[in-house]
Amino acid sequence: MAYDLECERVRKRFGAFVAVDGVSFRIPRGSFFSILGPSGCGKTTLLRMIAGFETPSEGDILIKGRSVLALPPNRRNVKLVFQHLALFPMMNVEENIAYGLRCKGMAKGEIARRTADVLERVGLPDARRKDIGQLSGGQKQRIAIARCMVLDPDVLLLDEPLGALDLKLREHMKIELKMLQSRFGTTFLYITHDQSEALVMSDRVAVMNDGRFEQVGEPRELYHHPKTAFVAGFVGDSNRWPGRVLDRDPAGMRVETRSGLIFIADVTDGGIGKGDAVDVFVRPESIAVTRGEGAGGQDASGETNRRTGRIEGVLFNGANTRILVRTSTGDQIEADLPQGGAEANLGNGDPVTLTWKRTGAKCFARAGGTQAR
Amino acid sequence: MTRQHVRRLTLFMLLAPFLLWILLMIVLPHLGIFALSLREKVAPLVYTIGPKNYLDFLREPIYWNTLLRTASISILVTALTFLVGFPIAYYIAKIAGRRVKGALFLACLIPLWVSDLVRAYGWMILLRETGVVSSVLQWTGIVDGPVELLYNDATVVVGLVYTVVLFMIVPLASTLEGMDDSLIEAGYNLGGSGFTVMRRIVIPYAMPGIVAGSIIVFMLTAGSYLTPILLGGKNSMWFTEQIYEQFITRFNWESGATFGILLLLFTSLTVWLGLRLSGQSLATTVARSEA
Repeated sequence: MAYDLECERVRKRFGAFVAVDGVSFRIPRGSFFSILGPSGCGKTTLLRMIAGFETPSEGDILIKGRSVLALPPNRRNVKLVFQHLALFPMMNVEENIAYGLRCKGMAKGEIARRTADVLERVGLPDARRKDIGQLSGGQKQRIAIARCMVLDPDVLLLDEPLGALDLKLREHMKIELKMLQSRFGTTFLYITHDQSEALVMSDRVAVMNDGRFEQVGEPRELYHHPKTAFVAGFVGDSNRWPGRVLDRDPAGMRVETRSGLIFIADVTDGGIGKGDAVDVFVRPESIAVTRGEGAGGQDASGETNRRTGRIEGVLFNGANTRILVRTSTGDQIEADLPQGGAEANLGNGDPVTLTWKRTGAKCFARAGGTQAR
Repeated sequence: MTRQHVRRLTLFMLLAPFLLWILLMIVLPHLGIFALSLREKVAPLVYTIGPKNYLDFLREPIYWNTLLRTASISILVTALTFLVGFPIAYYIAKIAGRRVKGALFLACLIPLWVSDLVRAYGWMILLRETGVVSSVLQWTGIVDGPVELLYNDATVVVGLVYTVVLFMIVPLASTLEGMDDSLIEAGYNLGGSGFTVMRRIVIPYAMPGIVAGSIIVFMLTAGSYLTPILLGGKNSMWFTEQIYEQFITRFNWESGATFGILLLLFTSLTVWLGLRLSGQSLATTVARSEA
């Protein structure tokens, strides 16, 4: 398989601080790869090293199989869409796009032809003579991408370019970006702190934390089979309870939280044993909600966890409704209501029973300093 | 009184000092000077109104030569000030760290605490025949006898650049400060060399600051008096010197006033031409360089 971009054990130190700590990955030709992580995790530093604005302390960066460490930024065929786009305000749209071609010393006629061509491809054929200030947010976005794509880069780097847009436009641009990527067939490396952007657009996602990759995989895999507590907490929403392992068998384990809740949970890490401190993650959508208290109390045997409690809050979000349930032990559990059905009109104070399967509860050893939302 | 009246009164009170200043210190004196310049002396204490003073100026080559010379040296000084000031401003705005930045700005301001006169004498101590530079050159054996470095055009130009360079650095640095670093990085990322990025991105972006700085520097230079006289000597042929001579030495106020008006018109014309050539307008220049 051909790789457009490869990083081999790339490290970057600023004094005593390690911003990027031995990151290795490969991006196959023509794919959409995202790096997802909280701010300060080192993803921007990694991107700047690939673009050539920073030099790695250790490791190697290869583009199309050749090391680019010795090349200055203007000689690397990777183009960067900046966070605030960095369109040149003193040039109009056409001049912005032509800038890179003129740097290459291309003939005037050819520049005009390619500029018109790329504007056509991003869907703004009439914007040639416009000033940057006359464009809307989404149009600026497309011009910034066109300005890079006209140079036919090996890899297009995108540094959270949707961050400044309002919600509606951001949703639209997610789809648009994905479409543009498949139309151009260029390898995209996209960095973001927004998990929905990464999940929606990417072929593969790397979750980054504290300068390291926690897990690399397809969006589905990251969501359903997180390998670390950080990934489980960062990708998607989760209920998270710290607890301690009571006992374990090959099928699963029983965990007691500080407040006395007892769970049966799936084992995701073979190293966890009796008495270990763990975090248990349960996604709101894997919890089934039924009206009434049923048998009451709690049950954690066999394959199912069951809790009863009262609704404390209802968060209506259009497509789905989330409820906040306070259990008799004082814990708060978030669960999603099914669309329609008898449970759709539950309100504050109503008693409910929550059940979820053992496989819906993921259990990870608690690492020092691991953060999760 | 209604609220609207109160608001109008407040606005008027706030504007009053400014309007008074403009009216009393700028408009009235210039109207007076202009009236004076149109006064012709026919006999002692007998005057008529006419353009004789202006015609005299045109008839006497030494007068308009001095004006042209003043203008061309001022343009040269402005260009040199830009060449010296731009790298300093760029360093202060884009390369220096936060702390160094403050120290550098302060270093630029320190010379302003000393009067023009004292600074010009400082140059004289360095450059005169028995001065520091001459002595050092003789002591090292590079020259045999004392050298006079004062009283030539090069010294006047150097002295003027030194006096006004700060007024180029400050507007330039503040314009460059407002420039997003990612514009420069984008310039490189898209394949530009250091020269291309400077020529096609940094300089166009800084244009309002460049124009603002150039106007200030040109006006200060063309209107300066002390530096050309002290460093250039009696024969420096600076136009302000002519004005001084007409007013004070010859007691010919009519002619002095004419020269004053001509200097104002000529420098304004040069600035207007400069703005036209750089494609800037005074309004955008002032607005952008302040931001």
